[in-house]
Amino acid sequence: MAKLTYIKAITDGLDVCLGEDPKTLIFGEDVGKNGGVFRTTQGLQDKYGEDRVFDTPLAESGILGLAIGLAATGWRPLPEIQFMGFTFEAVDSLGGQMSRERFRFSGKRSMPITVRTPFGGGTHTAEMHADNLENYYVGTPGLRVVTPANPYDAKGMIISAVENNDPVLFLENLKLYRSMKDEIPEGKYTVPLDTAKVAREGTDITIVAYSAEVNESLKVADKLAKENISAEVIDLRSLSPIDTDTIFKSVEKTHKVVVVQEAQKMAGVGAQVTAEIAEHAIMDLDAPIGRVAAPDSVYPWAQVENDWIPNADDIEAKAREILNY
Amino acid sequence: MAKKTGQAIDFASIKATMSDPYKKTFQIVDKDAKIVNQELFDTFSDDQLVDFMKKMVWERALHEQTMNFSRQGRLGFYAPTYGEEASEMGSVSAFKDQDFLFPAYRDLPELIQHGASVTQGFLWSKGNAVGDDYGDQRNWFPQIIIGAQYVEAAGAALGIKKNGEKDAVSFVYTGDGGTSQGDFYEGVNFASSFQAPAVFMVQNNGWAISVPRKKQTAAETLAQKAVASGVPSIQVDGMDVLATYIATKEARDFAAAGNGPVLVETLTYRYGAHSSAGDDPSRYRTKEEEKPWFDADPLIRMRKILGDKGLWSQDQEDKLTEEYKDSFKKSMKEAENTPTQSVVDMLKTTFEEPTPQIKADIARFEAKESK
Repeated sequence: MAKLTYIKAITDGLDVCLGEDPKTLIFGEDVGKNGGVFRTTQGLQDKYGEDRVFDTPLAESGILGLAIGLAATGWRPLPEIQFMGFTFEAVDSLGGQMSRERFRFSGKRSMPITVRTPFGGGTHTAEMHADNLENYYVGTPGLRVVTPANPYDAKGMIISAVENNDPVLFLENLKLYRSMKDEIPEGKYTVPLDTAKVAREGTDITIVAYSAEVNESLKVADKLAKENISAEVIDLRSLSPIDTDTIFKSVEKTHKVVVVQEAQKMAGVGAQVTAEIAEHAIMDLDAPIGRVAAPDSVYPWAQVENDWIPNADDIEAKAREILNY
Repeated sequence: MAKKTGQAIDFASIKATMSDPYKKTFQIVDKDAKIVNQELFDTFSDDQLVDFMKKMVWERALHEQTMNFSRQGRLGFYAPTYGEEASEMGSVSAFKDQDFLFPAYRDLPELIQHGASVTQGFLWSKGNAVGDDYGDQRNWFPQIIIGAQYVEAAGAALGIKKNGEKDAVSFVYTGDGGTSQGDFYEGVNFASSFQAPAVFMVQNNGWAISVPRKKQTAAETLAQKAVASGVPSIQVDGMDVLATYIATKEARDFAAAGNGPVLVETLTYRYGAHSSAGDDPSRYRTKEEEKPWFDADPLIRMRKILGDKGLWSQDQEDKLTEEYKDSFKKSMKEAENTPTQSVVDMLKTTFEEPTPQIKADIARFEAKESK
């Protein structure tokens, strides 16, 4: 066991994957000698060689197209897209190609590709470096979209993603990279790709969140606990598919729910969670479903981003509104 | 020589001369059936010449029969191959079994020559999943998103290289319109960067639906688009099956030997409509424009070459065409007797392990389909 940051936990997980399966390949922009612009792949080229960990020309569609062709010839690709905003350049590879190959080939050919990409705001980046674009991808049949909210899950989930035989879009939160540490077991362990986690148990209200907003929600739960209000926090972990069972069980117990996301409100993850509860568990509720999300605007410039991103205060206000309904 | 335009750099001269290496289209037999490269022509045996002709007759018969089926309402989408027989059969004849093929939607004949069945071609058109089930063959499905196959082929070429395969390449086809896509350039450039064994085929048939070749780019040839990526290329007379074969074979040999990718542009013509779904070429081109291409027909020149050698007759060709068409009719029967896929079958292929949501959908459709 060692105390590792979120980013080091991912590096550790990638190391396990490369060590276990000689068919795994890491590639993308700057991932080789430089170890990635965030150093997520630091040291891996030295350890596994340039054949396994290598830089590509600067073109995102090329990178994910390369992954598809490599998978077609027996490899297990782990491409990195440097920032999630850059996946716009590769939407066809994700939505038009790799996610559809199993279907096209009657289930007989697999695309065991894990596309890693950092996302999430609050770190004062240039434009297109912080956007939460998961709403675009969760509606893509054949593509799993997952995101860990802590270092322990980050390592366990990256290993599960790489072992999975379907394409996985693995979202790494930029703000969490170096702001969190966990005790991380050495070697291999896995965390399931398709189950939500009860991050904190409670009985009075359910807060459903994912990625950095899980931490914001936990802060709110701590604060409410001082007033003897017991909030349950659910970390979705998997954004597609969504583990609705865990949500329904919680709602059955608390009868109140707030759905939180950093992304804009229109459609997407929070809307889907809300709709699932409305469709299957509405009789368990004794208040409307509360939603906390970013405004439906473009992701803002750095100077106002912290006011724009939903934070613990916003979640607390919404939770109190629902609790007092 | 163009007048010097700038004080320091003569861009006019650079522009006027940059296409010079591509001025001469590679050819062995010209449109009048004149052998323009005797030395290369003599490398072909009589059997080989007859075999090329048979393949082109096969492709034309396949087209004609497919159009018949299409008119009878027995098929879905079909992209006519009429006119492109030399380009398609000449190039695919250079393939080895271990080569990977990434076709576009107009490349069903190459897919079939590389191992898929005619029945599968019909099933693909009809929208039956069996059409894309190639088993262990190194065939990929006919790409619809123009250009996507180029980046994927670069990946397969890199995979082949990493596998340590010594005599295999990744073949990929697109058309003249396809060379305008970003993925075209990314694919060629990635393969070049990795010096991976890819052979990029550009079948320049003059038309991207209604948009003529000259509107795609001001570049004099499409072949020279490869130069910017450090990839050697050639423009070939795509109505000359022998030239297309030799160019493709030598491109393949060069790539397979570890020299990096190659690009081959074949100059050909789409005689018919873009697809069987209502495109009407008379809206955007004239019969006068079409005529020189019909005169340059690949079968006409091979018919004459083989006829002069006493290796071919019209009777023989007609008989062969009928035999082929009979076999296509059998294939169509087989396609029509192939069970249609159910929604449940299809849902099961979304993920390896169905998600809870898909499981619920499977249960719903199982109930529906058992009624």
